[in-house]
Amino acid sequence: MFENIGQVVLLFWRTLLSLPLAWRQRRKVYDQFFEIGNASLLMVCVLSFFIGGVLALQTGPVLVEKGLPSAVGGIVGLALAKELAPVMMAILIAGRIGSAMAAEIGSMSVYQEIDALRTMNINPIHYLVLPRILALALALPLLVVFAILVGWFGGATVAEINTHMAIPYQVFFADLRSMVLPQDVANGVFKSFCFALIIGSVSCHQGLTTIGGPRGIGRSVTKAVVNSIILIVVFDYILTRILLH
Amino acid sequence: MNPPASTINGVNLQVHGLRKSFDGQEVIRDVSFDVRPGEIFVIMGPSGSGKSVLLKHLIGLETPDAGEILINGESIQTPEIAAKYRMALVFQSGALLNSLTVGENVGLYLTEHRLNTPAEIERIVMEKLTDVGLADAVHKMPGELSGGMKKRAAIARALVSRPQLILYDEPTSELDPLSSVVIGEEIWKLNQRTRVTTLVVTHDRDLAFGIADRIAVMNEGRILTIGTPAEVKQCPLPLVQNFLNADFKRESKL
Repeated sequence: MFENIGQVVLLFWRTLLSLPLAWRQRRKVYDQFFEIGNASLLMVCVLSFFIGGVLALQTGPVLVEKGLPSAVGGIVGLALAKELAPVMMAILIAGRIGSAMAAEIGSMSVYQEIDALRTMNINPIHYLVLPRILALALALPLLVVFAILVGWFGGATVAEINTHMAIPYQVFFADLRSMVLPQDVANGVFKSFCFALIIGSVSCHQGLTTIGGPRGIGRSVTKAVVNSIILIVVFDYILTRILLH
Repeated sequence: MNPPASTINGVNLQVHGLRKSFDGQEVIRDVSFDVRPGEIFVIMGPSGSGKSVLLKHLIGLETPDAGEILINGESIQTPEIAAKYRMALVFQSGALLNSLTVGENVGLYLTEHRLNTPAEIERIVMEKLTDVGLADAVHKMPGELSGGMKKRAAIARALVSRPQLILYDEPTSELDPLSSVVIGEEIWKLNQRTRVTTLVVTHDRDLAFGIADRIAVMNEGRILTIGTPAEVKQCPLPLVQNFLNADFKRESKL
């Protein structure tokens, strides 16, 4: 994994340099953006609702027992906004979209389509990588905002219907509003933007370096997902440290 | 026979002392040859003789360990010089982009480089597809085409950039004999019409002797002989004769 990090950084840098061409690739960015949303929205909805629910279920009864029922909304709200929604959505997107990117570009490498682009003086970074990374960088933060809202609703629902808590929606959200600041949500959105760049760069790099036929494509997909998840967790720590200050 | 110079649109290609190794194994060994403007030059040899790797060097997909590739006397190892000349490669598999229609594939070079208006691109695409007999397939996806049609679409895509040098990698591989003849005729007719320098890499003896102005026979990364089809047939080298006369005989298996 580590020997490839330099190549991934280089690919990311080259993609950054090609940003002025983004407007020319807007159609592809839109197509990718639509595909990411279309493929992930329902899963994001289900996953975040239940993450919010589980969080309320795990923390609520203990807090109620300790005489702190008003803290449930704040804890669920903060945990989702700052940590769980960005990380869980990034992992979901790495598995759902990163793998698809690595497979698509990998199959293009194996079947010489990338070589065909090069012979036509079409830079694969401009044509394939830039639109995908841009679309991910736009889509993942939006999905995370959506996941935070659905997760809060999931937490509130469980807090209301669970007999050990029975915290009304109004109380839950009043507490949440008092504890969660706009910059907490912004932190989560910023993290998800960074994660999107990681997923896009790692997946596209794996795709472009695929060799060895269908087995090679399978290997690239696995590496793309595993490496993305490892980097997401590592960068989550680094970003959290930075954002705490 | 060489065509009159006034009608030639192709370039002169010279390869001098080309060498390439992968993981210590030399796959191109001191290869030198010269392709004249407008001619069809065929590099023939068994599978694994280094023909496709050689093609990748000519189009810039590989960098040689040693040696030089010159077009009209200028080395193409520098990107600025390489960009001066229009070259196109027709891949063995066709290498059409599966996510695009045949028409989009053919027009990709013009679309991405914004060389024409959409209406002009549409006209050029139809013109090139008509040239290769695929006008009806413009809206089809590559997955809906037969092997021969894919190769013809790839030829149309190569022609769109108005190349001065066109390279074909195993154009008749995986094709039935009838489709192979069609592709061979297509390559020959295009060359006669456009007078573009044409380099074909193949192990298909019928194709090579059918279309070539000159043939080079390659084996284990080396050029064994170069000459007209008649001269190559007369070459006394056993490796050349073995390749040219190899035939399946039932009796030899008993």
